[in-house]
Amino acid sequence: MIERVAEIQKQAEAEISAASSSAALEELRVQYLGRKAELPQLLRDVAQLPPDQRGEAGRTANEARQSLEAMIEAAAARFEADELTAALAADKVDITLPGSPIEAVGHHHLLSATRREIEDVFCGLGYSVVEGPEVELVHYNFDALNHAPAHPARGRSDTFYIEGGGEGPDQVLLRTHTSPMQIRIMEQTPPPIALIVPGRVFRRDSDATHTPQFHQIEGLLVDEGVTLADLKGTLLAFARAIFGEGRELRLRPHFFPFTEPSVEVDVSCFMCEQGSVADGGRCSLCKGTGWLEVLGSGMVDPNVFAAVSEHGYDPDSHQGFAFGLGIERIAMLKHGVPDLRFFYENDLRFLRQFG
Amino acid sequence: MRVPIDWLSEYVGVEITPVELAERLAMTGTEVARVLHHGPLSADNFVVGKVLSAEQHPDADRLRVCGVDTGDAEPRTIVCGAPNVAAGQTVAVALPGAVMPDGTTLGEAKLRGIKSSGMILAEDELGIGGEHDGIMVLGDELAAGTPLGDVFAVSSEVLEPEITPNRGDCGGLYGIAREVHAATGAALSAPPWSHDPGEATIGQAPAGISVTVENAGLCPRFTARIFENVTVGPSPIWLKARLAAAGQRSISNVVDITNYVMLVSGHPLHAFDLDQVSGGELTVRAARDGEKLTTLDGEERILDADICLIADADGPTSLAGVMGGSRSEVSEQTTRVLLEVAVWDGANINRTSTRLGLRSEASSRFEKGLSPEGALEAQAMATALMLELTGATLSDGTLDIGGEGPAADVVRLRDARIVSLLGTPIERERSQKILEALGFGVEAADDGLDVTVPHWRRDDVTREADLIEEVARINGLDSLPATLPLNRTGRAGGLSREQQLIRRAEDVLVGRGLCEIVGWSFTDPQVCEQLLLPADHPLRALVVIENPMSSAQSVMRPSILPSLLDAAAYNLARGADGCALFESGSVYRAGPTNDGMAANEHHGLGAIITGPARLPSWDDAQPPAARIGTAHALVSSVLGALGIDWEVEDGELPFLHPGRTAMIRTSEGLLGWFGEVHPAVAASWEIEQPIAALAIDIGRAAAEAPAHSIFSDLTSFPPLREDLAVIVPAGVSAASVVTCVTEAGAPLVSRAEVFDVYSGEQVGEGRVSLALHVDFSVDDRTLSDEDVAPLREKIVAALKSELDGELRG
Repeated sequence: MIERVAEIQKQAEAEISAASSSAALEELRVQYLGRKAELPQLLRDVAQLPPDQRGEAGRTANEARQSLEAMIEAAAARFEADELTAALAADKVDITLPGSPIEAVGHHHLLSATRREIEDVFCGLGYSVVEGPEVELVHYNFDALNHAPAHPARGRSDTFYIEGGGEGPDQVLLRTHTSPMQIRIMEQTPPPIALIVPGRVFRRDSDATHTPQFHQIEGLLVDEGVTLADLKGTLLAFARAIFGEGRELRLRPHFFPFTEPSVEVDVSCFMCEQGSVADGGRCSLCKGTGWLEVLGSGMVDPNVFAAVSEHGYDPDSHQGFAFGLGIERIAMLKHGVPDLRFFYENDLRFLRQFG
Repeated sequence: MRVPIDWLSEYVGVEITPVELAERLAMTGTEVARVLHHGPLSADNFVVGKVLSAEQHPDADRLRVCGVDTGDAEPRTIVCGAPNVAAGQTVAVALPGAVMPDGTTLGEAKLRGIKSSGMILAEDELGIGGEHDGIMVLGDELAAGTPLGDVFAVSSEVLEPEITPNRGDCGGLYGIAREVHAATGAALSAPPWSHDPGEATIGQAPAGISVTVENAGLCPRFTARIFENVTVGPSPIWLKARLAAAGQRSISNVVDITNYVMLVSGHPLHAFDLDQVSGGELTVRAARDGEKLTTLDGEERILDADICLIADADGPTSLAGVMGGSRSEVSEQTTRVLLEVAVWDGANINRTSTRLGLRSEASSRFEKGLSPEGALEAQAMATALMLELTGATLSDGTLDIGGEGPAADVVRLRDARIVSLLGTPIERERSQKILEALGFGVEAADDGLDVTVPHWRRDDVTREADLIEEVARINGLDSLPATLPLNRTGRAGGLSREQQLIRRAEDVLVGRGLCEIVGWSFTDPQVCEQLLLPADHPLRALVVIENPMSSAQSVMRPSILPSLLDAAAYNLARGADGCALFESGSVYRAGPTNDGMAANEHHGLGAIITGPARLPSWDDAQPPAARIGTAHALVSSVLGALGIDWEVEDGELPFLHPGRTAMIRTSEGLLGWFGEVHPAVAASWEIEQPIAALAIDIGRAAAEAPAHSIFSDLTSFPPLREDLAVIVPAGVSAASVVTCVTEAGAPLVSRAEVFDVYSGEQVGEGRVSLALHVDFSVDDRTLSDEDVAPLREKIVAALKSELDGELRG
């Protein structure tokens, strides 16, 4: 019997080694180890052997069975891996096809993306972000901001007024700038304060360079000992964060009713060197001037503090600066958008380029 | 305002180029919009000529062949078409080589066979007025060959400064000259009104006119002089040329004088034909409502009680400070002129010109606020010109009602305050020099300077900060250091919790593939009809603009949906198959608010998806169309990201599909809605496909959101999950099944969620099968089947009794 076991084992090992697929292997498993196969039968027959032969015969047959099982398993694992590899290779997809779904992520509007970018710069400088009403009172929009009674911006040709509003300072309008929040905030918060006010504003103007609604960001910082030089440093930090390191600022004196002194702020053009582009031509962005006008600003006018003096603002001890910039303007300059109208057409072909 | 450099140079010695001057002015506070050129580019080859002979052209009826002495050895032959050319005239000649204002270079030309070596000029050929009927005839005292540029300003650069509202004093050339003087150091001449030929007449009223000012508040000063023996006629060429360069048309010598003096002094004047002033009396008074006046431009104006006018015995004769009336206009027959120079209240003039839609050179100056002293300065300058150019004699007396303004303010300018406001010092001597150049009086003080404000800056400079601005702007801001303010309180800044959550909500929608739009806050009131709003619907409480730019933009949007529909329609019309859009912005309703705001505004977040719920691709060729479920999923995503508990509730909105409308409810109330847009509403935007839509009051949602999440242990004891299939009558909502399961299974049911819906033969007519995942858990042990079995029975019983439901299969 022991000889027969050895014979079977030898033959089986040869055939297993020669097997070429997992199916052939399965046939061999049935043939040699299956219920009706010879080797299991021999194992069962061990019981009929004389007791002194049982031990060796049983061990031999058992070892042979285990050895064949292990061999079949190892071969099967090999075949499975190979067959999976082959199956995967056959399942190849053209990886240059587009993603699916095609566009998983949408876009922020360029104005929102720009607003967030600017907000984040000022948050980093320690400013808070506050928002305020777009439908405003004359008091906050003009009176408290030191606008003379005849200031042209008050005119019905410049400012939208709302039906059914009150009279005088209580007359209702669409805010023409984000500056009314200067007053509203100072009424609620004692100094020191540092905040920006992003928001939508309205002016009665519609042509190639004006839309009747647009977006501004107001800035206001009030404390003791704040200087015009601090304003310059703050806006320089802003300009470099938005338009790149190496930008410089130019301050031009100007007039705004609610700041004194008032300055217009220009940033050195980021597309050219002092007005000339690489090939020597005139820079189209800054029109050859080397400077981009970006915002208006100044030191808070003492009359503005006087309007909120009962809330802890003393024109003699407090100083501050304020600035106002147009989000559209910054976005156009930075991204090369040639026309304001793109912002409000909401053409998907425009929207998908940004944010 | 136009400032011809040539003219300006009479008052200040400009030694830099016009472009450099414009830059210097811009850097000291006077923006210059443009530098342009008036007349020919150069005065070269324009000379004075004497017409020696003028013969009929042999071959042309309308042409004359002239011999003209232009200072050369020989007279030159010039063919001229003007009917008024005659021998003996002194004329302006363009020689060959002259560059005309249109840029063409004059050559020698043969006209009907005769060579013409030059051109005798008409006024319009040099950009002076519209006179083309005849050549211009100059004074005979001029020698032939004299360069024309020595006679008048043939060619001039012109600056167009933009005068800020606080600088009424810069409405005249002399005010600009003063700025140039301070900004560049160029020498400033004495003002052209230094000598007043009528000085002796001051202090007494002239005979022949009586003036009453009823409202001194509207007319702080009224001055007048009377000129007799006036000969009205054309102005001399130098005056015409200057007016033309400044953009003004020449009318007659008298009118031109008033304009000329205004352009120099910044103070408007008005000339009356005194013989047309009825009754010899003028009254300055408020108009009566409905009163009429025909102004110089021929328009009949209907006035109101806030408008100030000048009337004579026959009624209104002039619109004060804005425009004269035609009745008392100076004409060729005028011989007696009343020259009025007054000061009007700026705010009132601004209101009048806005109310009447009538802006004039005068109103734009008066509305900035002019000083009373300037009135007599203008009188002085005009008097000299009236005497010189019209042959007039000045009647004895200068009428003056109101007199000079209040005494000058003296303001202390402290050195220390300059440093504390600017962050950098300015030497006291430098400040003094700057202020003196600008016309301020300066005296030394212990800690700085005592500064006396000149009358022309009386309203603008009243405080120390104003003086600091003056010295800072002229000193230049180039050298200002750039520093950062001290953060003494250690404020952290940053976005508020609500602002962060609103950004998060927007980011969720972007992450889900939506594009953000920025719509118009304005809309058409017709939008209420488009949205099918019934007459009493709350959304009809519109914020209405009194002075809209068009009716299509005459109200503020009461909902964010129309903006989204506008954008969708725009894109669908341009070939998009569908679109997924959102907007985050203000929505406006009329009515008082409890927080003192002028209208009811909230921050809305709206989205619409129309067409495929996601873009089709090679792997997903026919994605389902966006329907209410698409909107529902977006609401779940947004509110889930904010950590807000909410539930769906039945509702009705006129603009939504009545079978597909859902309201979003939280413990605080309704937060918004989602659903599908009513097909009739979509059709009015010309959209023919289903539109899934949602709107959330995101401002309130962000305020309601929990401050921060608190940890729950969901991992130590995993839930036991069972799936239930329940057959209920059609019409029983999924939410009610979920509620029933959750309540019946309390407290162990931690989650119940519908994952499949089926209706069809297998569940029977009028019934629907819902499949739910149900999780059972507690926080201190893992549940066994024995724990759950009784609850399961309770759930089945509850479904049966409450919803007529039964377990499937």
